[in-house]
Amino acid sequence: MTSAALFALAGVGLIAIGAWSLVMRAHLIRKILAVNIMGSGTFLILVGAGGGSPVDPVPQAMVITGIVVAISATALALALVLRIANATGKPALPEDFERDLMDREDP
Amino acid sequence: MLEWLIESPWMTWSVAVPMIGAMAVFLSPRVAGWVGLAFAGLTMLAGLAVVAQVGFDGDQLYTLGGWGAPLGIDFRADGLSALMLGMTAVVGIAVSIYARVYMAADRDKERRFWPLWLFTWAAMNGLYQANDVFNLYVGLELMGLSAVALVALTGTGQALWGAMRYLLVSLLGSLAYLLGVALLYQSFGTLDLHLLGERAEQGWLVAVPLAAMIAGLMLKTGLFPFHIWLPPAHGSARAPVSALLSGLVVKASFYLILRLWFTFDPAGDGLPLLLGSLGAAAIFWGSFQALRQTRLKLLVAYSTVAQLGYLFLAFPLAGMDPTLAWGGAIYMGVSHALAKGAMFLAAGSIMTQSGHDEISGLDKVVERMPLTLTAFALAGISLAGLPPSGGFIGKWMLLQAATAQDLWFWAFVIISGGLLTATYVFRVLGFAFTESDHKREAHDVPPTMEWTALLLALGAVALGFAAPWMLPLLDGVVP
Repeated sequence: MTSAALFALAGVGLIAIGAWSLVMRAHLIRKILAVNIMGSGTFLILVGAGGGSPVDPVPQAMVITGIVVAISATALALALVLRIANATGKPALPEDFERDLMDREDP
Repeated sequence: MLEWLIESPWMTWSVAVPMIGAMAVFLSPRVAGWVGLAFAGLTMLAGLAVVAQVGFDGDQLYTLGGWGAPLGIDFRADGLSALMLGMTAVVGIAVSIYARVYMAADRDKERRFWPLWLFTWAAMNGLYQANDVFNLYVGLELMGLSAVALVALTGTGQALWGAMRYLLVSLLGSLAYLLGVALLYQSFGTLDLHLLGERAEQGWLVAVPLAAMIAGLMLKTGLFPFHIWLPPAHGSARAPVSALLSGLVVKASFYLILRLWFTFDPAGDGLPLLLGSLGAAAIFWGSFQALRQTRLKLLVAYSTVAQLGYLFLAFPLAGMDPTLAWGGAIYMGVSHALAKGAMFLAAGSIMTQSGHDEISGLDKVVERMPLTLTAFALAGISLAGLPPSGGFIGKWMLLQAATAQDLWFWAFVIISGGLLTATYVFRVLGFAFTESDHKREAHDVPPTMEWTALLLALGAVALGFAAPWMLPLLDGVVP
């Protein structure tokens, strides 16, 4: 297996893990972490695309820009979670309001 | 002086001016409204200057800092970009004038609104001129983040939930888009749109990234069934913000779908049929939901879901005469931006005046605010596609494309969607003409707010007469 394929497979795996918890988890911070994991998966695929010799710098430049965007998005999302928790008392969206946010069996 | 004006790189100014403006507002919070409005005016001029350059000299190309692709950043503006830039400039300045008055009541919100809105404008202008798929991604993200913050500006729990859902959807959409960018780069070794168009051939290497990108952008455009985030976000935002989001921001991601489609020109009937069917479903579902709403702003927001559906009808209709179908969809998009902007501004004035936006409690708005109600009705005429409005031209072109190919199902969708639109617009107008026993407050609404909504609505109707000048811009853009 080439290293590009390995990177791509690992990236797809991360995206799948992230997508699963984005849908399944109710706690908003977990959802934000899930989006971050999906982002890392995408970056991994991008970096993998630039492997080989000589190494292509363009994907690396794109990943750095992508990381900056991801950090700003995460900061905005975390600020929103704080405001939501302050305004409504629970860091969750209304459809998940009845769920136990720590995912315990018996709340 | 004149030469400098003509030669000046307006494409960069249209992005740089709003960015400088956003920071200037940060530095002068006491006079945020006026500084913001001044920079909004300059941004509009820069945007319209690019439209003029494209109109007189044809396609424009500018390499930032003299470093061309692949490492530098290119700006390119063709007819489609010009139409979108012009649309953004017109709606943007109208909403800015309205917001200067509307936001002045709340100093704290005012100084947060202007930088965010100017950043959104910069991002949209950048997006319409970006010439490579990665800068499109950066523009998309910048626009999404500032739009989310604009929704959260309201500060209530409902609005914060709406903003959060919008943010998650927006991030998911951009990640899908970025995944497509990664796959494209891996296969073709370039990000430049024109080089991609030359190198890419039909097949899986194009189909897979294109599917990922279009799926992500559908999510961001709010096409049925991915529209669930849209009405709460657009309905709970402040009036100028709703107008901007519904009128302009969703069009930017639709523009991106068009741009990718024109670049790769994918063969096959499956994807166009799927997009068209989702568009048809959006028209029916959005209109029925609009009919069921009890709050005016949510009705207008569901109407956006329905009207966005129309834009996607062009995909299955483009077979025989692409210019007709695509021109119709783009014209629908532009006139929807003006009409929906006017409608949300009018709804904001009604809400300011009576302190609520229950449709059943509109209680003779016609007597209290005749200008605002005229604006609402004119915008409704354009949305429903009655002549001589801009919406009529767009719908007529789509209808011609459908009947010329004997695609009667799509013709039926186009016509019945128009009827449904007329139904929910007249439902509002009916309540506005009759009395209700709803308790009402009466606040003064500044005339500026009423007039900007009316002028924008008149613009949507006047677009019906502008077709001979605007449609030729699309020559050479459509494949």
